Amino acid sequence: MAEKNKKNPFYFYTHVELRESTGLKARNARELVNIIKDVPGSVIYYHMHVFLQQHQFLSPEPPNAFAYWAVKALGEDALGEFLGSIDVYQYNTVRALREKIIEVIEGYLFDAKDIRNAPPGKEFDFTKSRTFVLPTQYVAYNLTDMVEALRNVAIGSIDFHVFNARLRLGRGINDFSNWIDTSLGYPRLAAKLERFDPYTYTLENLRFNIIDIIMNSPEWGINNAKR
Amino acid sequence: MRRDRGGLSCLNDYISIVGEDTVEELRFLASRLKGRKIQHINSTRSGGGVAEMLSRVVPLMRELGVDIEWDVIEANPDFFNVTKKFHNALHGMSEALSDKDFDIYIESAQAYNKSTKICGDIVFVHDPQPIALIQNKKRTKDVKWIWRCHIDVSSPDERVWDFLSAFIEGYDASVFSSPKFTRPLKIPQFLICPAIDPLSDKSRPMEEDTILKVLSKYGIDRQKPIISQVSRYDHLKDPVGVIEAFKLVKRYIDAQLVLIGNSAADDPEGADVLKEVKEKAKGVPDVHVLLIEPENNDIEVNALQRASSVIVQKSIKEGFALTVTEALWKEKPVVASAVGGIPLQIKNMYSGLLCHCVEGAALRIRQVLNNPSFAKRLGHNGRMHIRRNFLLTRLIREHMLLALSLGQKGDIVSL
Repeated sequence: MAEKNKKNPFYFYTHVELRESTGLKARNARELVNIIKDVPGSVIYYHMHVFLQQHQFLSPEPPNAFAYWAVKALGEDALGEFLGSIDVYQYNTVRALREKIIEVIEGYLFDAKDIRNAPPGKEFDFTKSRTFVLPTQYVAYNLTDMVEALRNVAIGSIDFHVFNARLRLGRGINDFSNWIDTSLGYPRLAAKLERFDPYTYTLENLRFNIIDIIMNSPEWGINNAKR
Repeated sequence: MRRDRGGLSCLNDYISIVGEDTVEELRFLASRLKGRKIQHINSTRSGGGVAEMLSRVVPLMRELGVDIEWDVIEANPDFFNVTKKFHNALHGMSEALSDKDFDIYIESAQAYNKSTKICGDIVFVHDPQPIALIQNKKRTKDVKWIWRCHIDVSSPDERVWDFLSAFIEGYDASVFSSPKFTRPLKIPQFLICPAIDPLSDKSRPMEEDTILKVLSKYGIDRQKPIISQVSRYDHLKDPVGVIEAFKLVKRYIDAQLVLIGNSAADDPEGADVLKEVKEKAKGVPDVHVLLIEPENNDIEVNALQRASSVIVQKSIKEGFALTVTEALWKEKPVVASAVGGIPLQIKNMYSGLLCHCVEGAALRIRQVLNNPSFAKRLGHNGRMHIRRNFLLTRLIREHMLLALSLGQKGDIVSL
């Protein structure tokens, strides 16, 4: 067995969601941005991650619901591209992400000659999600445990520790990197896990990529040498 | 496969489909509901998507240890004639409603309010038929009332909507299948899509022999491409439009059309529509109009869907369209109208094809039949999408989350 960090083990949690309609609808980009300014952060988070969660088998899929709607309902391909290319991983809080989305849409509207309305029935429906955090049976005391758990844990757990923890819970860093740095004392591996862009993977591929990074790191060798 | 409780599947049987973690999550959530009783109330035990869903949800939640009951209101045929009109009117269809119709509804509601026992701490009332049960709220102070609407009420007949709103606003929360189906309401509107049971007789894997027997029973040729639509005989499902589309396909492809329907206890119009469909099908070669006996419905529908080369759902209005879910789960290419909950299930060109008219449906059917590799890709993507989002385990999870969330505040809840 690799040496165990008994003081600060990594507890794997997972999450499940319940959606609720806000009743708010946007017909065009101006209405969209005005509503985005006021809705709760959970609404922004939901629409920026819904494709990742629901269509994880399709790669590449439209990166977020705002971009998808701009293209499919408004026919505003350029706005769709601007919204779709927002680099979500560069933002550590939903507040900062919201500001970026507002900046992109308002910048587009400033130059736009006309504002297109979505056809009836194709309005953008603002939805919020309530996240329920659940414990799992998996606990890691070292990198070996972590890899084993990553292989088996529900995909919702990967989603929770990478996306929710970093952005929605405002930790500013994914949970795996945080624990590997602060509890195991492997800052270089932690930085490597924090540096790659999880938004360009399906969730299952993200799982394998994290495992791959850990198992191909020098720290994995150190971890196993302690066996 | 281990089966008990009268042939129904056990929770563990789902592990091979959705994974052990999903089932463990359900067990965990169920443990958090200890001490609370859930009651579902609708208007029929058989026929239609709601009864079908409850017949699976209730036993599985009971196996999870949840205290749960399913009750059905009692009412006479006159009441169901009125509620069928309400149903059509809520979908935006023109219906001749008289004051007498509203009187019949109110009288029947008074009767079922007396005869229905409210025993749950959380009561799910499904659709407009039993909606007046909320009049029991005053004498059930600690009970949480949820109205579960399975209908697209985005553009309803205002007279019917206003009449029902008086009841709806009394509930603690409502549930709709899609944000597109919602209306401005003062109560919270949760979003929960329906789901199919992958191990039900209608969806489980099937031997080729069984499929052949069913085809033989109805005189359907296995060698000729089969285009099918499964739905009750209802104008909103546009069976006549499907025949029209088939005639356009038949110009180029020697296919056959199979319309598959049954009758539901709360749908009095079915017989008339079936008669009309048979009239329209007269003289059109290779059209099979089937009325399946209720006792054979699930297995025969399963067989006929599996035998199909393409499955159509050319509805004018829809709730969620579980028939589309069933077809996608069987990895079939689906051509369906972009109405109701269908766009939630089909991303056009990825997991199926959407259409808006008879000619469009015919073109899409021809494209699928003439391009088998494209059809296969659509079917594969469709199945993956259903597995992730529209299976029974997800529905049970969200029912439990809703029950747990009543009275909770905040967007993140630690359990």
